[in-house]
Amino acid sequence: MSTAETSYVEPLEVRHRRESIVRMALAAATALAALPALAIVGFIVIKGAPALSWGFLTEMPVSGMTAGGIQPAIVGTLWLVGVSLLFSVPVGVLAGMYLSEYAGEGRLARMVDLAIVNLAGVPSIVHALFGLGAFVLFLDFGTSILSGGLTLGVMTLPVIITSTKAALQSVPHNFRVACWNLGATRWQTIWHVVLPNALPGILTGVILQVSRSAGETAPVLFTGAAFYLPILPTSVWDQTMALSMHVFALVTQVPNVSEELKYGTALVLVGVVLLFNSFAIGLRLYLRRNRRW
Amino acid sequence: MVAAPARRRPSKLTRPVEFVIEGLIRLCGLSAIVFILAIFVFIGKEGIVFLLGHIGGMLSSTDWSPTHEPPEFGLLALLAGTAWCVGLSLIVSVPIGLAAAVFLSEFASEGWREFLKVVVELLAAIPSVVWGFIGVMILNPLLQWAGAQVGLNGLNGAIVLALMTLPLLVSLGEDALRAVPESYRQAAIAMGATKWEMVWRVLLPASRRGLLVAVLLGVGRCVGETMAVLMVTGHAARIPHSLYDPVRTLTATIAAELGEAVRGGQHYQALFALGILLFFMTFVVNLIADRAVRARKIG
Repeated sequence: MSTAETSYVEPLEVRHRRESIVRMALAAATALAALPALAIVGFIVIKGAPALSWGFLTEMPVSGMTAGGIQPAIVGTLWLVGVSLLFSVPVGVLAGMYLSEYAGEGRLARMVDLAIVNLAGVPSIVHALFGLGAFVLFLDFGTSILSGGLTLGVMTLPVIITSTKAALQSVPHNFRVACWNLGATRWQTIWHVVLPNALPGILTGVILQVSRSAGETAPVLFTGAAFYLPILPTSVWDQTMALSMHVFALVTQVPNVSEELKYGTALVLVGVVLLFNSFAIGLRLYLRRNRRW
Repeated sequence: MVAAPARRRPSKLTRPVEFVIEGLIRLCGLSAIVFILAIFVFIGKEGIVFLLGHIGGMLSSTDWSPTHEPPEFGLLALLAGTAWCVGLSLIVSVPIGLAAAVFLSEFASEGWREFLKVVVELLAAIPSVVWGFIGVMILNPLLQWAGAQVGLNGLNGAIVLALMTLPLLVSLGEDALRAVPESYRQAAIAMGATKWEMVWRVLLPASRRGLLVAVLLGVGRCVGETMAVLMVTGHAARIPHSLYDPVRTLTATIAAELGEAVRGGQHYQALFALGILLFFMTFVVNLIADRAVRARKIG
């Protein structure tokens, strides 16, 4: 820091004027960061709302996806998210437990942390390549819900791990000490004391994972999602349509789709994602407000 | 800190169960490392031979036409496309995002801050395919109205990327500023600094590593972004000369062509080679960010 210019201090009124100008400029930047995106979301809501109806959500698409509903896409997304949860929740929660309760501060823990950061930063299309190479081809699951769901699961693993770790670490150390002093083992302490207290925090992470994997497109592009498949999947070995993929297809691949249908589908996807996200945020705020320690 | 009990207490019933569970926990704890390695192995397996064999040609040609006879795998146009979109978007999003972060962290009232943070978090959750949708359905006609021949071009991609990265920059930037101890602020104010002087002379220098991390993660996000740029950049593998030129990025190339590439063929391997490059780019960015975070904690 240079200190040369501080020998002369500008008049107070100049400094105060600068202060208020800067304050306004920063407020304007904040508005610029949030308002365009908010306006666009509002626009999608307004343009998409007329398309929404019970039939839209529960009917098959017809005439080459230019009419009808989006039921198979919704159901397919549920399948994909379900499979990804079945994989990433157990693995992620146990990994979070390891980091919070067992790993300590050693070199290995550092490496795991670094791996998590990197896993979270790997581009989604690279995850798609991995899913194709590992699940579709190597393990021979084929292009299926199983392959797509597992790819999504690997991709969202860092979300669950970090939120579980944070939730467990927010339980005061004294709770553990008290429990150990009563003669409980480490695992008994975790199971009976730490975990129940951290459960809502872990749940927040799981909900965020749902929201995230429902919206992802690239990872399921080559691993499990189909453009047009007007039947409902019956097992994890089937291919399926997916909401995110459907938005992509309607906008870029299928000719003569009405604006209403495109906006309606996009609105359903945005709605699902934001609904889960708001739920997670609400839960987190509630927890923070009602924290007992 | 009281250390955890070193040995399990012998309780005949729970002991084998605990042994299995703790084993599982340790196994899953390493899952992140396992998957990072697995990603590397599976992508490397398909692409590394091609990458090493063709790296010279790839880096000296702008002609990406993998289905021609003979095929050309020039990367320069794709790299330029990625750099173009990422660079343009960051020129806009970094100043605005960090300014907004300063406002949220230092100037906004408590209530506004809580509210705006929720808004920012929700905006950050909008899926990339929806941003692509926005680029095609809303920005495309707007840009045509503004004089572009084709609305799907590099500028559209840059705008979409900027809108996508802004929430990330705001929330990470805010975190970095909040991490500066309260005593720094109090000291500056006690010396008679106005709030802005305090921010400019004390907070920004003190949090510069954190802010750098925010920008780096923004870069990583932009470089790896796939669906949105696939949909809005116009998909022409040429080096852009003006704002309205269509471009194509590394990520979009993989997404667009993997479906039609013959498994095991040259084209297929070339796309995995692109994946290796992307993997390394984001890996390096993340490593630098991680080092910066660590240095901040120590220093």
